[in-house]
Amino acid sequence: MNPRRKKRLLITSSLIVGLSVAIGLVLFALQQNIDLFYTPTEIIEGKNETGVKPEIGQRLRIGGMVVNGTVKRDPDSLNVSFDLIDNGGGIVTIFFDGILPDLFREGQGIVAQGELIAPAQVNAFEVLAKHDEEYMPPEVAEALKGMDHLKTDTK
Amino acid sequence: MLAEIGQFSLIIACMLSLLQTVYPLYGIYTRQQNAIESAKLLTILQFVFVALSFVILSYLFLINDFTVTYIATNSNSELPWYYRLSAVWGAHEGSLLLWVFLLAVWSSAVAVMSKRLPIESVARVLAVLGLLSLGFYLFVLITSNPFLRTLPYFPVNGRDLNPLLQDVGLIMHPPMLYMGYVGFSVAFAFAIAALMEGRLDSAWAKWSRPWTIAAWIFLTVGIALGSWWAYYELGWGGWWFWDPVENASFMPWLAGTALIHSLAVTEKRGVFKSWTVLLAITAFSLSLLGTFLVRSGVLVSVHAFASDPARGLFILAFLILVIGGSLLLYAIQAPKVKSRGRYQLFSRESMLLSNNILLIAALIVVLLGTLLPLVHKEIGLGSISIGEPFFNSIFSILVVPFALFLGVAPLVRWKRQSVNELFKPLFHSLLISTAVTLIFLFSFASHFTWLALMGVFLGFWVLSTTCYEVYLRATHRYSLLSGLTKLGFSHWAMSVGHAGFAVLIIGITMTQNYSIERDVKLAVGEHITFEQYDFHFDAVNDLKGQNYSGTVGVFTIKKAGKYVATMQPEKRVYNVQRMAMTEAAINAGVTRDLYIAMGEVLPDGAWAVRIYYKPFIRWIWFGPLMMGFAGILMMLDRRYRVKKTDEGEV
Repeated sequence: MNPRRKKRLLITSSLIVGLSVAIGLVLFALQQNIDLFYTPTEIIEGKNETGVKPEIGQRLRIGGMVVNGTVKRDPDSLNVSFDLIDNGGGIVTIFFDGILPDLFREGQGIVAQGELIAPAQVNAFEVLAKHDEEYMPPEVAEALKGMDHLKTDTK
Repeated sequence: MLAEIGQFSLIIACMLSLLQTVYPLYGIYTRQQNAIESAKLLTILQFVFVALSFVILSYLFLINDFTVTYIATNSNSELPWYYRLSAVWGAHEGSLLLWVFLLAVWSSAVAVMSKRLPIESVARVLAVLGLLSLGFYLFVLITSNPFLRTLPYFPVNGRDLNPLLQDVGLIMHPPMLYMGYVGFSVAFAFAIAALMEGRLDSAWAKWSRPWTIAAWIFLTVGIALGSWWAYYELGWGGWWFWDPVENASFMPWLAGTALIHSLAVTEKRGVFKSWTVLLAITAFSLSLLGTFLVRSGVLVSVHAFASDPARGLFILAFLILVIGGSLLLYAIQAPKVKSRGRYQLFSRESMLLSNNILLIAALIVVLLGTLLPLVHKEIGLGSISIGEPFFNSIFSILVVPFALFLGVAPLVRWKRQSVNELFKPLFHSLLISTAVTLIFLFSFASHFTWLALMGVFLGFWVLSTTCYEVYLRATHRYSLLSGLTKLGFSHWAMSVGHAGFAVLIIGITMTQNYSIERDVKLAVGEHITFEQYDFHFDAVNDLKGQNYSGTVGVFTIKKAGKYVATMQPEKRVYNVQRMAMTEAAINAGVTRDLYIAMGEVLPDGAWAVRIYYKPFIRWIWFGPLMMGFAGILMMLDRRYRVKKTDEGEV
């Protein structure tokens, strides 16, 4: 082989090796960090698309409306719990230890990210409320479509 | 009346951009000198009309003309005048007007400042820019007209600007970022023009390099500003969330960073030509993709505006047209390009190639993480989100080879380098950086982690090799001091830019590994202590601002009994939208920030309070500022100022 070809071969092969290592790593990391989105009904009855129920211990995202009168606080800490509901009627209780976002209110749509600890209980490590009056995440809007006293259409 | 004039001049600008595309190309085709030269004039005229339109919209905001829908939805007469002005780009329609306006700024800058370039090349570049402008004008006029009227029933007052946006961040961050985004269109236009001409040489790289660097400076500073804004405004002290829209700005940055490095190789050594062109196309395509992601509302994000499917469809079509068209042109023309330079495996060229490969790998990771949720949803598998740990873990792997190579690369010669020659400088740097890392961690780290050791070491590795390289170069022919004064601007630019990157890595490492975040329940009179800092909650007072009211907490911070600061985090409620907003109080410092944000009042009268200790977080923004400064140094290099240039520089 002449030096030019040898050089090309080296570069190409190192490229291929590098790429495959990178892709492998990426896919591995991806697998660990995909959080599926569920509505409360889907947590209880299984996902609409696949019918699969989440397993206990699984990380997931859940979106729905905070049920009026269900926000309970622990008097000595920041622990708080509340119920989420969607248009399918399922109710899931969320537990959270931390500060709720400014726009968190009863009767409003929120998204929580956390771990399923019992068939209808989620321990959240993050609670997100929408950022302004107009905007609502499409998933939540979808889950709340047709429910009372809620603006679900985003103009 | 004014609004109609604004819209009308926008339509004229649109027509002019069509002319700017067609007429000069027709001139080149038929060899008519007049038509070719008209490109510059048309560009400047186009700029004048879009500027007029932009000024009119700003003026309408200033005088609170609520007969205009866009102003009625995004402003209010109580809003201070500077936020009324920046509200121009506070939502979808206006931000697109800003986009086309900045595109016209860049285009006319090219028209005015490329006197030394052959007129035909300039005409081609301007024609490409005209075509891009045309697409965006049509987009604004058809789907997102900011001048629409609310008549006949116009509101007495506006619905106000989103309180999150009422901040100095809105004044600076979007224009900076857009300057960067849009600026890559110039590099793109140069690349396309060169492909059309079928002439890709070092001259092409030399012309487009300062433009690319200029755009890159704006993008770098714009992203850093956005990160800083998110840090203090969103009230939870994060500086990067891997939010899809942040990713949308980060992807062109990665491509742009790869581009400025490969342009350097193409300019100096005449290799990587077709790769550089591909990168120029990629960088701007990613800017467009970012616009699509943000404007179409397909993504869930802090930045998402209310969506309108027509807009998404329009941008998608435009995206496909621009990216598809340019890649097709590339496929036809690029094989004709021959690189003449030769280089050995261990050479500056290879080092820069590895820089490019790693940056592109990072780019692919971000692209994958951003688009996968979209694809997943579209193929019917349900909504997903990709967690921060995905990006964090991949980036902490990718940064290792990147920083190691970055340290070595400036020491390596073009064409070929003997390994033995490098042994001494690298060994010295290794010793120095290890020693400094250990001292640094002993003084500032509360405990040991491998990630922190690695990150800080990489930072100091880059710093020490950079300094060593400057020392070697300066003492090559002269004594240290006179040698330092003789280094060219472009050399300083490289060193300062790399040092900025080192500062950034150290900042990220320290913040990510040693931050302390406490969400606590505090009543007035209580206190909490950590990291030797004592936070005492003194009082809660009432607060009254121009268009908001609320409460303010007063905290006294002491370190080892000595007074450090009084911090006053606010909880605001804005009058118009009745929206609660957290204004964090931050005590900034070189080695640490203290951060207090008020949560909510708990039933028993105590407050939920976030108290954070963020070591070295300022370095995360200081690093990019250094990189931006390095870009300015690069543009000051005599190559881009003096008429007759000296190719044999450094």
